[in-house]
Amino acid sequence: MTTFLGIPTAPRGVGHLRGDEPFPVAARKALANTQLRRNLGKATTTIRAKRAAVVAELPDWEELRAAGQAIKAHTMRHLDHYLTELETQVTARGGTVHWARDAIEANRIVTGLVRGAGAAEVVKVKSIVTDEIGLNDALAEVGIRAYETDLAELIVQLGKDRPSHILVPAIHRNRAEIRDIFLREMGDVDPGLTDTPAALTEAARLHLRRAFLSARVGISGANFAIAETGTLCVVESEGNGRMCLTLPETLITVMGIEKVIPAWRDLDVFLQLLPRSSTGERMNPYTSMWTGVTPGDGPQAFHLVLLDNGRTAALADETGRQALHCIRCSACLNVCPVYERTGGHAYGSVYPGPIGAVLSPQLTGVEDNASLPYASSLCGACYDACPVKIDIPSLLVHLRARHVEEAGRAHRVPSPEAITMAAAAWVMASPSRWAAAQGAGRLGRVLGRGGRIRRLPWPLSAWTAARDAPQPPAQTFRQWWRAERGDRT
Amino acid sequence: MRVALFVTCLADTLFPDVGRATVRLLERLGHQVEFPQAQTCCGQMHVNTGYLRDALPLVRHYAEVFGGYEAIVVPSGSCTGSVRHQHAMVARRYGDDDLARRAEDVASRTFELSEFLVGVLGLEDVGAYYPHRVTYHPTCHSLRLLRVGDRPLRLLRNVRGLDLVDLPDADVCCGFGGTFAVKNADVSTAMLADKMRAVLATRAEVCTAGDSSCLMHIGGGLSRLNAGTRTVHLAEILASTRDG
Repeated sequence: MTTFLGIPTAPRGVGHLRGDEPFPVAARKALANTQLRRNLGKATTTIRAKRAAVVAELPDWEELRAAGQAIKAHTMRHLDHYLTELETQVTARGGTVHWARDAIEANRIVTGLVRGAGAAEVVKVKSIVTDEIGLNDALAEVGIRAYETDLAELIVQLGKDRPSHILVPAIHRNRAEIRDIFLREMGDVDPGLTDTPAALTEAARLHLRRAFLSARVGISGANFAIAETGTLCVVESEGNGRMCLTLPETLITVMGIEKVIPAWRDLDVFLQLLPRSSTGERMNPYTSMWTGVTPGDGPQAFHLVLLDNGRTAALADETGRQALHCIRCSACLNVCPVYERTGGHAYGSVYPGPIGAVLSPQLTGVEDNASLPYASSLCGACYDACPVKIDIPSLLVHLRARHVEEAGRAHRVPSPEAITMAAAAWVMASPSRWAAAQGAGRLGRVLGRGGRIRRLPWPLSAWTAARDAPQPPAQTFRQWWRAERGDRT
Repeated sequence: MRVALFVTCLADTLFPDVGRATVRLLERLGHQVEFPQAQTCCGQMHVNTGYLRDALPLVRHYAEVFGGYEAIVVPSGSCTGSVRHQHAMVARRYGDDDLARRAEDVASRTFELSEFLVGVLGLEDVGAYYPHRVTYHPTCHSLRLLRVGDRPLRLLRNVRGLDLVDLPDADVCCGFGGTFAVKNADVSTAMLADKMRAVLATRAEVCTAGDSSCLMHIGGGLSRLNAGTRTVHLAEILASTRDG
């Protein structure tokens, strides 16, 4: 007899999917940073307005969302088929496909390829998935220097910082802070640098130009991979991505297995959904697509690393797998009232915000990110904004249930919360027990004065730390009804 | 029409005036209101905190208590949302397809108050009188789960004497979120601070909404600051007349 040990999740000790502390603790620190609150509030308000304007232009937006959702659901159901088709097509056109079970395998494959190409430095773009696996650390360990070339990623890298947003990784920084980072960390920068956007961009351009022209290896992520032809697609705003994808001799693309789409006609849907949802633009400025290797044009060696790292575990959960539909537009972050106040670092994962709260726990196992599914008031703004209609609030509730069920199996002694919930359900399943409990609750009247209660015992003390609680009334509604109308229902 | 009132556990226990106002309003409009006394709670707190199995008996209880009624009216968008969007899901999760069907059936006859007044009865003027400056907070579940749209505002615009003021950033959550307010009390409070800032900017004396829970949150914050603005449920405003 064999024992089923479950589908492996992303391994511990490598990469950036887990935080050092639970969300409420990390959030408390972020909330105290008033500059962060200001930067985030300003940036998310601006991008929300841009998105709303360009989405309103399309009369068929809801049909597009439905199409995006349907394509993703179909692809996930037949992921094995489309991945092998992708492998066949990439291989037939001169590329090499590598399968990486997890972060450790992916890092080993990529560092091996870079060393094999004889390179001591690499230029990178679309780095979120490589940040998921901690690739830069793995490269540094073997003496390879990585240059982040996306402007925001560069700011984060130079600032020895962590990204805090999927699309705008340096959203937590303002212009003055970016100028200070450049002056401190860019060896070759003009000491008279101002904090105007044009000056900052020019400084980054000059800094990166040398790396672009000398790098022999480029490393990228991918937005889409088209199974029918083996074509990879990266969308971006700066053109630095295109430099990375075309100048080096060797190109290595690391891609989560969920990024595959069946056919070119599907790209038509996503290229409409993505830019409008993410940057609030009708079309992104640069769309780069490449298919295998073209002799004499662009990289002469192309490697595609297909990364699992917990994705198959997510796929195995028929409800939870919706999180794999994400196209990383970050619209849910920009509309989330929790994200807007805490920023991305509080989530502890490279995938922050509402989508991160449903994706990260599935990649790592719920136990390792147990506070994230609760990092939401379930207001539903994310679901409305999602271009592929991921029902994030329902997924959050589903993952809370998984956490409760798994914790219940793991611990023989139920938590105080579990006991309270079970007791409340037992009381509420019976009208007589419920009426008796209301009677007991009215004892709370003694805590109140003038209709309000200023302080309650733990755990409700968390409520009264900042809010008054209502004093229980002398008569419940059902007592009033009975007094007025008797036993009549 | 014969209408069953699902008063909700929160209003039953802490805000009985909301239940009384709903009864007074519906009776004034000529309807026969019944209060099935076996009712308890919709189970939303259990579901949203992850205790779905504990919610199962509450889902069954709701279907049993309200199964025989033609229309069930609830003075809460959130509890209506739970009945409509969660009950059948909970039943299916534990393999009770029969209960799921019954839950869907009773959910199709369960209405939030403004849905019932405007959508079912076709009323926008309920003959109310409320001479106060009022701002309306559209609660998240009314807005995004039930899609009540501007129905509450249409009702408020027809209240005599009422000075309705737009709430800035109205569609942003107040930070309540059930057990979120306790589990993530700091984030919840930060959201509440912004909501209170918006409410106070209107200089309204009353902030209203269709959910006692969100009002308890906003009202609890305003009360702590002695801010001079109080919270009043939509049902209480609509039930008010010149006679009181």
